[in-house]
Amino acid sequence: MTRFVIRRLLYAILVLWLVSTLVFVFLHVSPVPVERVIGGPRATTDTLEQIRRNLGLDEPVIVQYWDFLKRLVQGDLGDSYINGTPVTDLIANRLPTTLWLVLGAGVVWFVGGVVTGVLSATRARSLWDRAVTVFVLVGLSTPPFVMALILLFLFSTKLSEAGFRFFEAGPPLQEHFFQRMILPWAALAFLMVAMYTRLTRGAMLDVLGEDYIRTARAKGVTERRVVYRHGLRSALTPVVTQFGIDLGALIGSTIVTEKVFGLQGVGQLVYQSIALGDTPVIIGVTLMVTLFVIVANLVVDVGYSFLDPRVRLA
Amino acid sequence: MSYSELEPDIIPADAEPVRVQGRTPFQLAWSRFRRDRLAVASIAVLALMVLFAALAPVWASWTGHPYDQTFPKTGLDPDGLPKGPSGDFWLGADQLGRDVLVRSAYGARISLVVGVCAAVLASIAGVLVGTLAGFVGGVLDTVLARLMDITLALPYLLVAIMLATTFQISSVGASLTMTILVIAFFSFAAFGRIIRGQVMSLKQKEFVEAARSLGASNVRIMLVDVLPNLVAQVTVLTSLLIPTSIVFEATLSFLGVGVRLPMPSWGSMLGEGSDVFQTAWWLLIVPGVLLLLTTLSFNLLGDGIRDALDPRGDRVAGRK
Amino acid sequence: MSGGQDDLLVSVEGVYKHFPIRQGIVFKREIARVHAVDGVDLQVRRGETLGIVGESGCGKSTLARCITGLHPVTRGRILFEGADITGLSKAGLKAFRRDVQMIFQDPYGSLNPRRRVGSIIGDPFAIHGLADGADRKRRVQELMELVGLNPEHYNRFPAEFSGGQRQRIGVARALALRPKLIVCDEPVSALDVSIQAQVINLLNDLQGELGLTYVFIAHDLSVVRHVSDRVAVMYLGRVVESADGEDLYRAPRHPYAAALLSAASVADPDEAERAERIVLIGDVPSPVDPRRAAASTPAARRRASAASARTPSSSPARATRRPTPPPATSRWSRASASPAGRP
Repeated sequence: MTRFVIRRLLYAILVLWLVSTLVFVFLHVSPVPVERVIGGPRATTDTLEQIRRNLGLDEPVIVQYWDFLKRLVQGDLGDSYINGTPVTDLIANRLPTTLWLVLGAGVVWFVGGVVTGVLSATRARSLWDRAVTVFVLVGLSTPPFVMALILLFLFSTKLSEAGFRFFEAGPPLQEHFFQRMILPWAALAFLMVAMYTRLTRGAMLDVLGEDYIRTARAKGVTERRVVYRHGLRSALTPVVTQFGIDLGALIGSTIVTEKVFGLQGVGQLVYQSIALGDTPVIIGVTLMVTLFVIVANLVVDVGYSFLDPRVRLA
Repeated sequence: MSYSELEPDIIPADAEPVRVQGRTPFQLAWSRFRRDRLAVASIAVLALMVLFAALAPVWASWTGHPYDQTFPKTGLDPDGLPKGPSGDFWLGADQLGRDVLVRSAYGARISLVVGVCAAVLASIAGVLVGTLAGFVGGVLDTVLARLMDITLALPYLLVAIMLATTFQISSVGASLTMTILVIAFFSFAAFGRIIRGQVMSLKQKEFVEAARSLGASNVRIMLVDVLPNLVAQVTVLTSLLIPTSIVFEATLSFLGVGVRLPMPSWGSMLGEGSDVFQTAWWLLIVPGVLLLLTTLSFNLLGDGIRDALDPRGDRVAGRK
Repeated sequence: MSGGQDDLLVSVEGVYKHFPIRQGIVFKREIARVHAVDGVDLQVRRGETLGIVGESGCGKSTLARCITGLHPVTRGRILFEGADITGLSKAGLKAFRRDVQMIFQDPYGSLNPRRRVGSIIGDPFAIHGLADGADRKRRVQELMELVGLNPEHYNRFPAEFSGGQRQRIGVARALALRPKLIVCDEPVSALDVSIQAQVINLLNDLQGELGLTYVFIAHDLSVVRHVSDRVAVMYLGRVVESADGEDLYRAPRHPYAAALLSAASVADPDEAERAERIVLIGDVPSPVDPRRAAASTPAARRRASAASARTPSSSPARATRRPTPPPATSRWSRASASPAGRP
């Protein structure tokens, strides 16, 4: 077991290192002249040179890379080119919004997906099941940003005039928290609910076809108990596994939702930084998101190997 | 290829030798596919979409509205707001007074081209990497499998945006190529992982061992014995990758890092118009519905192909 | 049947095949080995059928794959017509494969489901560049006729055939190059009993017609008894007894062989009445490290012994009955205690 965890940890570190190197290389072969971005179009050659020196850009790339790695190991992601704020502070400032967004949406899609999936699996081929199938197809075909735009359109026009003030643009997160977050959650969760419904329905149908379920029924266990105690418990394992992975991965995909609903999260931060050419921030956010993905995978893998020892051998 | 239905089991001794032919897996799949009404309907929708896209220049000359030309006098009202659908602008005008119908048709071209090209490219790369890793094994497998894992761990939207901005691309053609490559890159790994698993299990099959015992080379085994067994899976995966790629492109263009202006894409139309949706609903509805219709049709088509190729699929499982 | 040393087609000499089990965080190191084949000596004579029996996991399939050159051996020599095949070059191996063919256990798994039967049977010609186009088709159809398939089904897919027909396809493919040796790896164990007889009769007929030599692997003793001239019993990677078929069945020398034979179904009900079942207790020792498993040798696992098994055979002594190679440890307490001295 320890051996397995150690192997996964080493591997996680390797991935982080590779990703950081990749991002570093990308951004340093970029033809965007950072000093020009900072200094503005009218800056003199001297000023530009000064900016380059201040940022350490006059050093050979390999030295810059080494410095970057050294600081990285100490948890220092460097300072923003634009306003000199440490990148970690910038991220820490923006992270809560994104985390709330993802976690809230996660609850919505997990509960929504599992409930719909179980209901349609236990009523396979019914009218409800067919309606769910249609919903799943539409959900899987709708890009999240289109969903966000549609929700925004609906709720910011007629419905808001009618008193449904679900969406408040502008105020800080703490005020009107639910009013601000309900629409983003719904937009972000829509596609995922469809995916999780399909996943749960499939897993549930597989499990309900197993021999031990038939045995339970034969023993006279009530249908309710069969479905929820025996069926759901094992059907949920793959769903929960996927949930962990998706939660981690989604941290990097909130850009669109944040942009549409004007939420000042990490996604907006990196989107703005890309426009400004603020390399350290881009690297920092990318690494942070990768870290989330890796940690999520690690937790899922290790958790899974507790439940199913066969995984460790793979 | 036509004796399929009435194929005699016993050939009379005096009969002319008849060319007996069983139905190929493809024929069987096709006959199943034809019975799937949703899939056939989705093919019809997609055919219309292709026609709509192909005739984009025709719409432009018909209406007299080139896709990149603004018509502030006829397309915008005195307040500068876009006019809705009318005899002049069938699907309305956008915030700059351009024809939404014509732009949508050009946008359809982008979506279809990017979707199909990226999906095909990703599946070629996925099959190549997947079969190499699965078949050769050893160090090569370790390296390729890790490479795919790492690609999957990358925050794809972030890196895609980064790539698009890093290589500051201004021409439409270059941005199109770039978008296709970025999408293909982030799709091939998931594809390759599935293929790798398939190849590894095929490699254990006795018919591969049989070929080996006959003296077949590795290349021959790969081409003759392994690849044909992947065709069904690859077809299904590729067809389901098309809608994903279309959504990916639309998202990138929505954020302004996909296909560059002035070439319209459904994503960039939605992005540019988002400020005036409240008054000009058609700027949301037209590209939104077109996008949804296309991805939905491709998803239905993919499901149909999967069910046709693998009759033990999802729909049958429900009958357990 | 067979005579002097000239008729020796295959000679397996001290062959070992170990599969390493690796484990490690970064660098994999070998932590144990599966002793799949653990020092086997065997001879196959031209024109005979050598049966190999043993329970699953005893290494008989691995041995078969070593003989056909599919697995490289860990140690030892395999002589085919007097030439060692263990160190063959790629080209040499390809040439060798024209002479040795294999029939596989699973008639479903051993035929590529995506290819037409004609092209599957024609594979050997294509691989060795022996026949093309119409010529290949004609020869494939001849083969199909030879094994009792309708040549008109040339363009069908394997899925359109029954299990028995599929195994005939496998036989046709193995016959294509007119090999000298065919290794049959449990060729009928996946088939219905009624079909088994048909396939076995086909193999018998072909042997007579074409003068083939078979190595016939099975776990079904009655099948092996029916087809084999000689039988080798394998247990935990070793040949524990090798004798003329009827001798072995009448008077097995090794306790494991005796136990195995006592478990076989007997056609004659009177004989079945008299026969005493020998029951082994406990599990088969793991082949990962058989030396550790001395406690569960057949002798120790044996609960009831058939006294008759020990009475010397009345049949004339044949050179084919060889003693078990003395094991490194005293695993075979009884076998090593009574060296099977034969003139």
